[in-house]
Amino acid sequence: MIETRGLRKSFRSRAGRQHKTVDAVRGVDLDVAEGEIFGFLGPNGAGKTTTLRMLATLIAPDGGQATIAGADLLRDPAEVRRRIGYVAQGGSTWDDSTAREELVLHARMYGIGKADARRRAERALAAFQLTEYADRKCKTYSGGQRRRVEIALGIIHDPRIVFLDEPTTGLDPQSRAHMWDEIRRLRAEGMTVFITTHYLDEADALCDRIAIMDHGEVVAEGTPTGLKREISGEVLLVGLDVATTGQAAQLLDTEPYVAKLETVDGGGLRLTVDEGATAIPQVLRRLDHAGLALNSIELHRPSLDDVFLTKTGRSLRES
Amino acid sequence: MKFARDTWLVFQRQTQLLLRNPVWVFVGVFQPVMYLLLFAPLLKPALNAPTQAEAYKIFVPGLLVLLAIFGGLFQGFGLIAELRAGVIERSRVTPVSRLALLLGRSMRDVVSLLAQAVIITVLALLFELRVFIGDLLLAYLMLALIALMTSAVSYGVALKVKSEDALAPLMNTVAQPVLLLSGILLPLTFAPGWLQGVAEWNPFSWAVDGTRALFAGDLGNDKVWQGLSIIAVLAAAGVAWAARQFARSVR
Ligand SMILES: Nc1ncnc2c1ncn2[C@@H]1O[C@H](COP(=O)(O)OP(=O)(O)O)[C@@H](O)[C@H]1O
Ligand SMILES: [Mg+2]
Repeated sequence: MIETRGLRKSFRSRAGRQHKTVDAVRGVDLDVAEGEIFGFLGPNGAGKTTTLRMLATLIAPDGGQATIAGADLLRDPAEVRRRIGYVAQGGSTWDDSTAREELVLHARMYGIGKADARRRAERALAAFQLTEYADRKCKTYSGGQRRRVEIALGIIHDPRIVFLDEPTTGLDPQSRAHMWDEIRRLRAEGMTVFITTHYLDEADALCDRIAIMDHGEVVAEGTPTGLKREISGEVLLVGLDVATTGQAAQLLDTEPYVAKLETVDGGGLRLTVDEGATAIPQVLRRLDHAGLALNSIELHRPSLDDVFLTKTGRSLRES
Repeated sequence: MKFARDTWLVFQRQTQLLLRNPVWVFVGVFQPVMYLLLFAPLLKPALNAPTQAEAYKIFVPGLLVLLAIFGGLFQGFGLIAELRAGVIERSRVTPVSRLALLLGRSMRDVVSLLAQAVIITVLALLFELRVFIGDLLLAYLMLALIALMTSAVSYGVALKVKSEDALAPLMNTVAQPVLLLSGILLPLTFAPGWLQGVAEWNPFSWAVDGTRALFAGDLGNDKVWQGLSIIAVLAAAGVAWAARQFARSVR
């Protein structure tokens, strides 16, 4: 659905008399499949917005190429515009007009006729639960309502792909959960959704696949589960008395599903396994068989932050 | 066809938002009326005109050109507010014509300027100004071209500088000499030779002379076609340049 190769963009900015070049995006290759929620995860300044703005034809890339919904970004930007929707990070509604007016206008900018535009606006208002506020000025909306209007604007022409730049930034937890539901609904309707986020939990819970971006480069790409498994496997913490720890270690060390075994000071084992869910019953059975009592067993799955840390040497929470 | 439709769409939206703002409508109507009423008593003696009607023939065209220049030059501020709200970027992701994004806005500026011009002319008629309808329409064409040019340039500059802080001094720096050297409020016939020489290079000075000639019923005056041509060429250039800014503006 989206395929990019070597997409690049630098900005020249002036600080006083000095010219500085910022390499905002340095060679991004992406493959986004039809009907998935694809997430771009990275800290502020990673180049997420710049990449999205290139894909949405708002700025010209310095190098590289891309095909979006079958249209070539460089040769046929007009066709790309018809096939995609884009919702900017900073908002896109005008204080003094109403949601309905904005929706009708936006549909008409896509060449849709007046009557059809009105019907679409009506449908979008209902779908995003905005009918009640439809004729109030945008400046009276809450953050969550306004964001929903903006997303409705982005898909008013039924695009095949919609780009959402940080759709939940600045929303309270409830509006955020609501927005996740809206985004899943878009996927259910067959749309390909490309979001950016700097929230780990959002990338984890919402996205089918993610690309982790840092300093203008994609440092990792895959499903959230796959990425986490790839870096460290899952960890089982087995709580044991000091007395039995040695014997348990001997028993488990030779098991095929245990990739790595460490003893924990003060009793207990730390097992690195491929998949905790299948390893737990086997560990339990093995220890039970040998008559060893265990105090606790705990599955620790690596987080996306662990992935980010492994790939960049920094924690995303800190950057 | 698509271009005309897109332009109309942008024009409609902009006009609707403008009319929704009562403050603007009030200022837009009453400001020129104030000029006319408060300046009126001073005109006859100041211009040494034989009658009040004669004085208006000099003053009214100048006032109209002044409104056209300023009305246009400061439109950029509204655009910066739209940039900030993300409305321009939202328009630019759609296939809407970039020229239409500019022209729809400039057309609104032209129409609102013409509305002001009609109000002023009608009032001046009450003060015994007399002008042929044909000449008046040509004068309005001149005003429309001036407003088109200045608003387009203002939009283009706004897209380039992207902040009110940069736009305000820039527009003032441009507007001031243009105003002083065009003989807008008082004809440059009273000016020393060197000042007249400088004014030769000011396109607005030609526009003012042409408009005055039209109000004087002097259609055959060379200044009329010269002023119209100069302004038409500049308006076309301004529009072409500003439309390019709409096509490639960043953020
Ligand atoms: N228009 C611009 N001019 C200059 N620098 C820019 C511009 N847009 C983005 N940048 C710079 O490019 C880098 C990437 O920015 P951005 O794509 O907005 O990151 P993100 O969306 O991941 O936070 C940042 O260092 C930012 O300052
Ligand atoms: Mg961003």
